[in-house]
Amino acid sequence: MKTETQNSHIGETLGHDSAILHVRGSARFTDDIREPRDILHAAIGLSEYAHATLVQVDLEKVRQAPGVIAVITAKDIPGANNFGAVLADDPILADTLVEYHGQAIFAVAATSANAARKAVLSASINYQDLPAILTARAAAEAHSYILPTEKLDSGDSQSAIDSACHQLSGEVNLGGQDQFYMEGQIAIATPEEQGAMQIYSSTQHPSEVQHIVAQALNIQSKDVTIICRRMGGGFGGKESQPSQFAALAAILAQKTKRPVKLRLDRDTDMRVTGKRHDFNIRYTVGFDKLGLIEGIEFKFSARCGMSADLSGAINDRTMFHCDNAYYLPNISIQSYRCKTNTVSNTAFRGFGGPQGMFAIEYVIDEIARYLNKDPLSIRRKNFYGIKNRNITPYQQKIRDNVIWRIVSELQTTSDYQQRKQDIAEFNANSRFQKRGIALTPVKFGISFTALHLNQAGALVHIYQDGSIHLNHGGTEMGQGLFTKVAQVVAEEFQVRPDLIKITATDTSKVPNTSATAASSGSDLNGKAAQQAALIIKARLIDFAADKYDIHTSEVIFKDSRVYIGDQSLPFEDLINQAYMARISLSSTGFYRTPKIHFDRTTFTGNPFYYFSYGAAVSEVLVDTLTGEHRLLRTDILHDCGNSLNPALDIGQIEGGFMQGVGWLTSEELCFSDQGELETHAPSTYKVPLCSDTPEDFRVNILRHNPNKENTIYRSKAVGEPPLMLGLSVFFAIKDAISSIANSALQAPATPESVLNTIKQNHLS
Amino acid sequence: MNPKKKQALPKTIQHQPVRFVLDGELIDVNDYTTNQTLLEYLRDTLQRKGTKEGCAEGDCGACTVVLGQLSEDKESIQLSTSNACLQYLPTLDGKQVFTVESLGSELADLHPVQRSLVEHHGSQCGFCTPGFVMSLFWLYKNKTQTCYQELLEVLSGNICRCTGYRSILDAGLHMYKYASSVIPTVPNTEDKNPEAEKWMSLAGPSPTQNNANLALLKRCVRKTTFAQYAQEERQDPSKLHYLAPQSTEDLASIVLDRPDATLLAGGTDIGVSITKAFTEFPLLVYTGNIKALKKINITANQTEVGSAVTLSQIIPTLLSEYPELEDFFKRFASLPIRNIATLAGNICNASPVGDSIPLLLCLDSHLKLRTGNSHRVLPLSEFYLGYQKTALQTGEFLESIQIPRRGQSAHLASFKVSKRHDQDISAVCAAFYLKHNDRSEHSIKIAYGGMAAIPKRATATEDFINNNHLNTETILQAMNILKQEFTPLSDFRASAEYRSKVAGNLLYRFLNEVIYPDTPPATA
Repeated sequence: MKTETQNSHIGETLGHDSAILHVRGSARFTDDIREPRDILHAAIGLSEYAHATLVQVDLEKVRQAPGVIAVITAKDIPGANNFGAVLADDPILADTLVEYHGQAIFAVAATSANAARKAVLSASINYQDLPAILTARAAAEAHSYILPTEKLDSGDSQSAIDSACHQLSGEVNLGGQDQFYMEGQIAIATPEEQGAMQIYSSTQHPSEVQHIVAQALNIQSKDVTIICRRMGGGFGGKESQPSQFAALAAILAQKTKRPVKLRLDRDTDMRVTGKRHDFNIRYTVGFDKLGLIEGIEFKFSARCGMSADLSGAINDRTMFHCDNAYYLPNISIQSYRCKTNTVSNTAFRGFGGPQGMFAIEYVIDEIARYLNKDPLSIRRKNFYGIKNRNITPYQQKIRDNVIWRIVSELQTTSDYQQRKQDIAEFNANSRFQKRGIALTPVKFGISFTALHLNQAGALVHIYQDGSIHLNHGGTEMGQGLFTKVAQVVAEEFQVRPDLIKITATDTSKVPNTSATAASSGSDLNGKAAQQAALIIKARLIDFAADKYDIHTSEVIFKDSRVYIGDQSLPFEDLINQAYMARISLSSTGFYRTPKIHFDRTTFTGNPFYYFSYGAAVSEVLVDTLTGEHRLLRTDILHDCGNSLNPALDIGQIEGGFMQGVGWLTSEELCFSDQGELETHAPSTYKVPLCSDTPEDFRVNILRHNPNKENTIYRSKAVGEPPLMLGLSVFFAIKDAISSIANSALQAPATPESVLNTIKQNHLS
Repeated sequence: MNPKKKQALPKTIQHQPVRFVLDGELIDVNDYTTNQTLLEYLRDTLQRKGTKEGCAEGDCGACTVVLGQLSEDKESIQLSTSNACLQYLPTLDGKQVFTVESLGSELADLHPVQRSLVEHHGSQCGFCTPGFVMSLFWLYKNKTQTCYQELLEVLSGNICRCTGYRSILDAGLHMYKYASSVIPTVPNTEDKNPEAEKWMSLAGPSPTQNNANLALLKRCVRKTTFAQYAQEERQDPSKLHYLAPQSTEDLASIVLDRPDATLLAGGTDIGVSITKAFTEFPLLVYTGNIKALKKINITANQTEVGSAVTLSQIIPTLLSEYPELEDFFKRFASLPIRNIATLAGNICNASPVGDSIPLLLCLDSHLKLRTGNSHRVLPLSEFYLGYQKTALQTGEFLESIQIPRRGQSAHLASFKVSKRHDQDISAVCAAFYLKHNDRSEHSIKIAYGGMAAIPKRATATEDFINNNHLNTETILQAMNILKQEFTPLSDFRASAEYRSKVAGNLLYRFLNEVIYPDTPPATA
């Protein structure tokens, strides 16, 4: 643990390690790697039907198209035609059946990207149309499920609801969301000697890409190397998805014996890759006169798309998070994982959690409207207790509850009560412009719910000059993970962070890694790197103690020097001496999260190591004639434990919040009646711009709240939780129109969605 | 076009080099293809990988570059931001190009905007960052201070998916304060560092360097490039893919001779059809080098806007006459798009949702059309014949737009409604123009985009309003008539019901504000 006197790099507001490269445009992304002279460029041919058998796939014209070197279909895949991570139900190329509009059927390698993309358009494919199920609702009605329905029952919801003073039930639709990473999916595969394959892939999960590619090529994992220095954003969209494109590039590379680059253009990327699951949510709740929830039932129908992908774990997380920060003693959850003829939905920051939290927040808001009370009072009434009322529906005891503290502090600093009054006054005097405010909490469970994924490895080398090479299984997608892990190693050796070379994630350096996902990047890799550093450090201490004949406790690393009793020497001098004495200056490190367990058959256990908390207050202005709205001010207080790096953590909080705002307001995925995605580029799919950010934006990290668990320097994960702070904006909009709304506000709260809820006659 | 149709690979044009200035050097591009964009040229040919492709349609800003052009008096360089993905390579002829690599190198220190972004943690994944750097660099070069609202406008074409923008906006607000810290003390003449020199000229005013740049740019601008419509080329049209005439007369004769010619103004639509649909245009004729068409002539009766006038040029002119349109114009495209897109392009591509059209319809604008040497003037209201179909005849082109000057006691409003405030396409766009003395003596013009296959006046609703005393009751009746008058479509931007409802509500808003300007708003 950091002490005040130590010159520590932990908790320092260090910039992103690549910041200077970013602003110069010299940070190298996969597409920026200099191309070998004989490189080929690939493109993929997509299904034009949502559900059909492939009667005839005539690619003769594609083969004849200028510049085309190779064309492959499912039959050309040497090994397994699958990139599904959990179930083998995701064909790399469709063989006889297409199950969504945009599914890949064939791939082309040509001398230029434009030649490949144009060639693809000359395919002639005969389809036999089959009935398509497009929405979660339609799938649920047809009992079309991709995975078995999961149920969680805790207490007796039925009788609790029946005996409650008030009952409410309702239904709300919650839209999906495209990750819209700025850098699209990309892989460059280069054939190496003896059938091996080296691949630069923009991926959050290099190990999985490695395994999938090996299976597809029918070679072994040892023959496939995946490298990723950085991604231009991931957000979950590069967890299971990149395998398909890496595999296609590799198959084409193997066939042509030339390097092959497959870079999806934006439209193809958005058509082919999975998104956040959209949900249909139904609820019934029973509560007392003050709004205390006595019993609640949720039915979640998620549009999973045509394959399982990660939908099992995602929907589990919805079940784990439909309590958010509230004690729900009697609850029944049914989670339907709907199979639809749409793209297979996948991971996206929050991983199902946001949908569960949206559901309970919606119910709380409806209770408040029904009782004509401030929703915040209903929230407070139902918060988890500190000493009691602290068991989740899945029977985990909450030991680190700070939601009371966060909400109280934020209520004060944001001047919530006064503004609430001011808003009421404003609304009374304004016919068409209405303001609204909402304070919403976040409690998010940290750990992969699949136990085996909670492990990580790292590799640290120290060279003779004292410079340090750091590698670990985590990937950099902008979140600053590499910076944080370098801080850890710098801290252990007490050297400057710039002494540490941060290197590309590489499956040949650290094997069998988990995806950089579930907010776990620093928790897992930070600990693994710390262990590697500590192993080397212990050797150095032993060596120094031995050499200078002093007790090991008197060897101290500080300020880039090593203090050995009364004398001291520069860090690099000790390193050189250790080298000369034949001390190993390299080590791996390994970490697995302790204390977690979960029994899927009963849906009980301790799936989470700890919880991250936060809360946001947002105020909006709604134009009730058009439904358009503006976000005026947002105050956030967020829990990062002992922040490893407040600059990076604030960046995660603000960015996550705005991504949540986009999900719930302007980002709308529209599919045609034929199942074709119509919003597949930024011209039609609207992510937030800088004018959507609140001009008055006050973000703070909760002080003096070290993680109760022994995480890396007692910090907390911060990748996903802030996304759910965006809920405050949705509920502020709902608040603004509450006096003139006569139907349920659907998400996203586009202008149209807002106007739909407003009474017809509010003009006259 | 039929996407199934097999197309030949782009042909190489060899007959004329494109010449532009990049980092203090003249670049002659001899080999380029008909479909090549500046972005492709930068990344693939020059290996300048700092400029990124995020969407290839001018909507994300990852490819933002800054372009310089000689001012009319040839005494200064005018800079503007542009999306390299939409910039058709030959249109760079005679221009100066700045990319993120122009701002410094490994040797030199960071430019103030770069420094400010680093200090304010304005990058996370870094993919959008070069685009933000270039937008801010443009602002830095053009202003000596800035404010929050201005930054929103300048950055309206840049998407960042990581930061939530606050850190970037802070970087913009504080960038000037890094000027002194970055510009080193003037290096003494013996010890000149060329890198530092170049970089200084970019960081702040440096007369010598600007003069050098100016001289270079002057050399770059050649009178004849792409303008010659040589006899041999007339005889072998297959050789010809691109022309950039320098006079309206030349343009008129090309258009007359070559019915297959496509006029290229800003290229915000043509660029997308090139990058996304691989459309090959037999002959593109660029209007951006014709000085006469870049003029705005204001007389006592009308404002005449040449067909090569960009939105960035015309918006300030219109705002000085109609300041009430400020909020509307703020939502009209992003800055890099406004910098290249023209008002004429907005009219001629005949989209049902062109944002300027309802306004121009309400202002009773006319179009001056030209065939060869003959002209005709057509009311804009008669220009649209059907979905993406105009009254333009073969050999004819739009020379200018005539907008009458402001009338007495006129109320004007134009509203845009879309999913996102900035850089979005309208679900509904509306304009209203009311001349009125009192509640019973008035005349109104109403026009909508997004409500029909073409932008259209609401004549039945206008008639009703013109013939009735205005009060809350008649306004509601007018809204009902409006509902009957249009049958909008449903698409991913909005449903038909929403469009109808909003069209009526906007009429309500306009009339209510005109009739009851001083009445305190009634409580809901």
